[in-house]
Amino acid sequence: MTVLRALWHKPTGIFGMVVLLGLVLASVVSWMWTPFDPTATDPDHAWLLPFANGHLLGTDRLGHDQFSQLLAGSRETLLTAILAMLIAGVVGILLALAATVTPRWIGATVVQLIDILIAFPVLLLAMILAAVYGGSTTTAVVAIGIGFGVNVARVARGEINAVRGTDYVLAAQACGASTGRIVRRHLLPNIAPTLIVQLSLTMALAVLAEAALTYLGYGTSPNTPSWGGMLAEQQAYLAARPLLVIWPGLAVVVTVLGLNLLGDALREATDPRLRDVS
Amino acid sequence: MTLLEITDLTVRIGGKTVVDGVSFALEAGERLGMIGESGSGKSLTALAAIGLLPEEATVTGSVRLHGRELLGLPDRALAKIRGEQLAMVFQEPMTALNPLMRIGKQLAEPLRLHRGLSRGAARARAIELADKVGLPDPDRIVRAFPHQLSGGQRQRVGIAIALACEPAVLIADEPTTALDVTVQAEILALLRDLVDEQGASLLFITHDLAVLSSVVSGLVVLADGKLVERTDIAALAHGRHDPHTAELLRAARAAAFPTPGDPDAGS
Repeated sequence: MTVLRALWHKPTGIFGMVVLLGLVLASVVSWMWTPFDPTATDPDHAWLLPFANGHLLGTDRLGHDQFSQLLAGSRETLLTAILAMLIAGVVGILLALAATVTPRWIGATVVQLIDILIAFPVLLLAMILAAVYGGSTTTAVVAIGIGFGVNVARVARGEINAVRGTDYVLAAQACGASTGRIVRRHLLPNIAPTLIVQLSLTMALAVLAEAALTYLGYGTSPNTPSWGGMLAEQQAYLAARPLLVIWPGLAVVVTVLGLNLLGDALREATDPRLRDVS
Repeated sequence: MTLLEITDLTVRIGGKTVVDGVSFALEAGERLGMIGESGSGKSLTALAAIGLLPEEATVTGSVRLHGRELLGLPDRALAKIRGEQLAMVFQEPMTALNPLMRIGKQLAEPLRLHRGLSRGAARARAIELADKVGLPDPDRIVRAFPHQLSGGQRQRVGIAIALACEPAVLIADEPTTALDVTVQAEILALLRDLVDEQGASLLFITHDLAVLSSVVSGLVVLADGKLVERTDIAALAHGRHDPHTAELLRAARAAAFPTPGDPDAGS
């Protein structure tokens, strides 16, 4: 709770929270209501400018209402961000534990594996998975989750090693605590702040990666409204109707920026060395 | 009766021999001091005895508790012994407690592990333990977090955790080094009284000769990883000792009473 209060006292924290809340709100609202059907085509009202005929952000060449599409697209964005973050968290923690609390030869092997996987671009991993299993939101989420999970693993591994060297872990061992108990009661709780920061940054990266993958045609199917899909659809008419590209582009930029700043603010709020003396 | 018997204990870390053929025995009910300068292998001997040396260390020799060999026991079997028959108090009370766990939970940990106490029973016992080691307002303090306690109070918690299951042997690794001189005396008295009350044996590690005489009777002296002498406080007082011990004594006196003419003064 003190962390939340600290967030509200930082402009970056407020911005990040507002963006996250806005994204959640847009997703929930779009579930129940959008001004127009986001997937309905309406040739009679194509190429409308903003505010014409009640279309807040105008329509594209098929008459799709852009505001409704943005709202509906936020669902894909939020879903990817949350699921990819969860997968990255699980992958990251499991890999980090495998690299630290196991016998030394297993740990050394896992560390090598993490290093190799980190060298592997996330987008490339997603494209390979898409080539094998077909492009879909699921493929993108899994690829993004695993891809950024190894980065989480590297950070978590360092943190776990630091905690493992502390006296209270030694004291717990001297009390007769098993490795599993030490992981649950000492290691995981004490790396949680770092992990939360890392995962909020992962959410920002996941939003960007999902938009990029969908834009390239490896992510969400074109029939489902999504920001990356909108960008891919409208970019052909960039010279004639620049606004149509700007709306989804702006949505991605603001979301990524907000989640990044939220991660930064969280880090400052949880790191006592950076906390303002008040 | 010999409780803890260490024979020819040798520890190597990275090709360097840090404990070299140390042998001594701890009798039932005995309070034995272990002194030596920094880096003489005191702490490593203690960690080897409880099986908590860093992974890269190689250990040879023998550590027997109640005649049972501990070296080479699988971790699972060692975990059953640690905290139950063989417990340890650490040097730094500031870092020896988990900052995120309430004091009561940490006090109850060995009881939950070894006695299988329920949450409620362990909680009641934790309050008793806090009271026993002289913590003020035990009902309140078991709900506190470590940062809300002073160094001396935290070391009391450390002692309570170590003695919770009434172990046969307690190893105290410089438990007062990090504390104020006035608090030191209280902690030493508490440690001595509780060990006596429970009939446990104590292995007390320090580099500070001044604190030894109030706690222990017997004494082993380590230098460069080797055991140089097993003696007792009385012999020390009468000036019968090994040159290494004499050196430690002289340094201790020089530090306590610096004189202008003494080349060791203040060093």
